[in-house]
Amino acid sequence: MILDSLEVLADRFLEGTGWDVKERGACRGELCVPLPEGSLDADGVVRVEPVAATLGMPLVHDADAGLWAVGPATLGGRALPTAAAPQVTLPDRDGNLFSTSSLAGRKVVLVAWASW
Amino acid sequence: MWQALREELHPAGVEVVTVALDSGGAEAAAKWIDRAAPRHPSLIDESHLTAELFGFVNVPSAVWIDETQTLVRPAHAAHVRRSSFEDAEVPEGLGRITEMLREVKKIRRTDPEVYVAAVRDWVQRGADSPYALAPDEVVERSRPRPPGHAEAAACFELGRWLWDAGRRQEAVAWFRQAHRLQPDNWAYKRQAWSLATTAPGEDTDLIQGPTDLYEGNWLDDVRAAGAENYYEPFD
Repeated sequence: MILDSLEVLADRFLEGTGWDVKERGACRGELCVPLPEGSLDADGVVRVEPVAATLGMPLVHDADAGLWAVGPATLGGRALPTAAAPQVTLPDRDGNLFSTSSLAGRKVVLVAWASW
Repeated sequence: MWQALREELHPAGVEVVTVALDSGGAEAAAKWIDRAAPRHPSLIDESHLTAELFGFVNVPSAVWIDETQTLVRPAHAAHVRRSSFEDAEVPEGLGRITEMLREVKKIRRTDPEVYVAAVRDWVQRGADSPYALAPDEVVERSRPRPPGHAEAAACFELGRWLWDAGRRQEAVAWFRQAHRLQPDNWAYKRQAWSLATTAPGEDTDLIQGPTDLYEGNWLDDVRAAGAENYYEPFD
């Protein structure tokens, strides 16, 4: 997830990382990890540094570009910290957004391919 | 390629979602999508977000998700049709292409008949299918993610963002770092090599040969890793 500030709205953090930051902690499905106090303010803004540190997410800074990139959580040491499927919202070839959350109740085979 | 299986299984409550891991966006992926004319959601993922979330490191890969939006199969190589390269004779005298095709033939792929039968079994039997894994096993069988691999994802994202912004020299430095941190992530490599060697408006360069930008290239890296390790087996 690319950031130009280390404070970001919780909705955007969820979209970019799969982690839902709530008052009680950072959650992915039923897995919730307690966070240091002040990680989420009353306006729903996430302080990225303590959250990333708690979840084992690398925070890589490009000073020239003025950007940070937040890598995925290393909590548990596996690519999937839980079997709860993260929801993704992506565009189709015409730019229309589609969210996998709309497929609840169906079995889904999600396939990655590429032109390269 | 997935269209026929989707049409077969859709009445049984299955949806296929195809996601193009393509930093070139619709410009790179749209013609392939148009050719396939899928009736299922066919999405484009410029930042490789789904790879990060699900643990894809090469294509084609897939995950299976049940009706409760729980993963029952972590990322795996997913082949539903035999590659034409597997049976074709390797033409001699084409230099690097000949050498590449020799390696391509050595790549161990998921047997499409076995794979499609597994999908059908899961669709029919749900959690009773031996191919549907319990949540703990899904997590355990997902790829290891040491700190270096997570850092590689962050470096790749910076590279992708900077490349898209036209800051290509800076982008290459981040892509190189991602390659060093996670050398077995073919998606990071193939994407970056292809961006560098595909001229604007041209078809994607599948040869991904040596350049002065990157330490590796497709042929040399596959030889070094062993073609048999290019895809993780579906077991």
